[in-house]
Amino acid sequence: MTPPDPVLDVRDLHVSYGDLRILRGVTFAVGRGEGVVLLGANGSGKSTLMRAINGLAPAASGQVSLDGVPIIGARRAPLRKARRRMGYVFQQFNLVPQLSAFQNVLFGVMGQRPLGILNCLNPVARGEDRERALECLDRVGLADRAQHRPTELSGGQQQRVAIARMLMQRPSMVVADEPIASLDPKAGREVLDLLWRIVDDEGLSMLCTLHQLDLAREYGDRVIGLKDGTVQIDDTVERIDPAGLDGLYDGATRPEDATESKIAAV
Amino acid sequence: MSDQTPTIPRFRSPSPVAWVIAVGFLAFFLQGLWAADMSLDRLQRGAVNLARFLGQAMPPDFSNWYGIADAMWETLNIAIVGVTFGCLFSIPLAILAASNTSPNSVVRSIARLVIAVSRTIPDLIWALIFVVAVGLGPLAGILAIIMDTIGFAARFYSERFEEVQKGPSEALTSTGAGRLSVIMGAILPESFASMTATSLFSVEKAIRSAVTLGLVGAGGIGVELSTAMRLFRYDDAAAIILVVLVAVIGFEQLSSSIRRRVI
Repeated sequence: MTPPDPVLDVRDLHVSYGDLRILRGVTFAVGRGEGVVLLGANGSGKSTLMRAINGLAPAASGQVSLDGVPIIGARRAPLRKARRRMGYVFQQFNLVPQLSAFQNVLFGVMGQRPLGILNCLNPVARGEDRERALECLDRVGLADRAQHRPTELSGGQQQRVAIARMLMQRPSMVVADEPIASLDPKAGREVLDLLWRIVDDEGLSMLCTLHQLDLAREYGDRVIGLKDGTVQIDDTVERIDPAGLDGLYDGATRPEDATESKIAAV
Repeated sequence: MSDQTPTIPRFRSPSPVAWVIAVGFLAFFLQGLWAADMSLDRLQRGAVNLARFLGQAMPPDFSNWYGIADAMWETLNIAIVGVTFGCLFSIPLAILAASNTSPNSVVRSIARLVIAVSRTIPDLIWALIFVVAVGLGPLAGILAIIMDTIGFAARFYSERFEEVQKGPSEALTSTGAGRLSVIMGAILPESFASMTATSLFSVEKAIRSAVTLGLVGAGGIGVELSTAMRLFRYDDAAAIILVVLVAVIGFEQLSSSIRRRVI
């Protein structure tokens, strides 16, 4: 499936860690305003794909481009420019634990201000940035917790602060790597509701990995299934075949792991 | 028990390497004892001399209290000024030396070498070198403390940077922030508590060092102490040693109470 106006374009992406070939030629595109759920078993390469899309994991070959700007092989300055347009939500929230929620949200514009951090620390940040940071916290319902440190917040609240940080960035594309995997079912659903509502309201494109098939069907416009480091399924939610989805989780994750699963089967 | 069951020996003969190390150590130890000319007679005379020293040192003579206080103050000055600059210089050096913050491996090796040299050369030798360079007085002491602090603090700062969890800095990197911004925004805040503890230890260490630096003429109370000892004014010396004891213990208490609050 190739959307007409792709925001994110991934072409024949290969990523290896040493001899271990994690991604073996991944190709897909995400259209403007489209919400894509990425599914796959543990070890299928979902997280690696997400990291490679942001340039956090080095790719062996292939190309990723955001709004036509190439990310793989880009020099530092253009890479940073591309990253500014991509909001990343992590499974482990990844807030700086010693700093307030407000300061963590302000860090969302770090890449966009000259001198970086020297223009987004609370005492010296621009007035409009401080106002916007508070607005972003308000959007996720945590304006009253602005001064709290992440350690004083629940897991769900921490992820909402991370979403506010992403929103602060004004991205055109959101990449969410198992955003609710560390949360309990209720908090997870609240966070996913909020994340998807914000993405819809802002008209952003979204690529989100999930482990729950029912949530994928409920939230996504389209589902991409990753297995053995390649795309096995890529179709709209309406046309997806439930048996095919289950197949993603059958058998060995990678061919060379086949012996392992044989042992497990015995 | 069947006949095939192996018997387990109670003792095992050490490996040849262990024999060589053990014999070598013993030989070096005995040679050292012999070279130090340790005899019961000398130890006996030593005890008598020590008793005479203590007799002359008691009661401590505080009549020169003003001079002692002045010298102690200078010692604290040397320690605080030296350790402050030392800790400040340690931060960039530690950033260059830590594997996750260093720009490349060449810079990292150089930074590590600088830190290792500052640490391996003892503070008294740094003081001797700086006395030659800038002359007698507190400036030499301050420079020696700076070098000594760098060797200690930069090493622990950089080790702390390497232990920091990767997530927050990755999150900031993913927003398109530059390397220095990521270091200042995520790695330094995460290391702050540990760096404070290290810096307070550096101050304790610096006060103890600053006391002895005077012995080689690098300013402070050590100058008074060595003068008193050389003139056989043991009661003066005892007063100085008591003042040092109080100052060092006092600061250790203060720093451990600050540490408890930070961590």
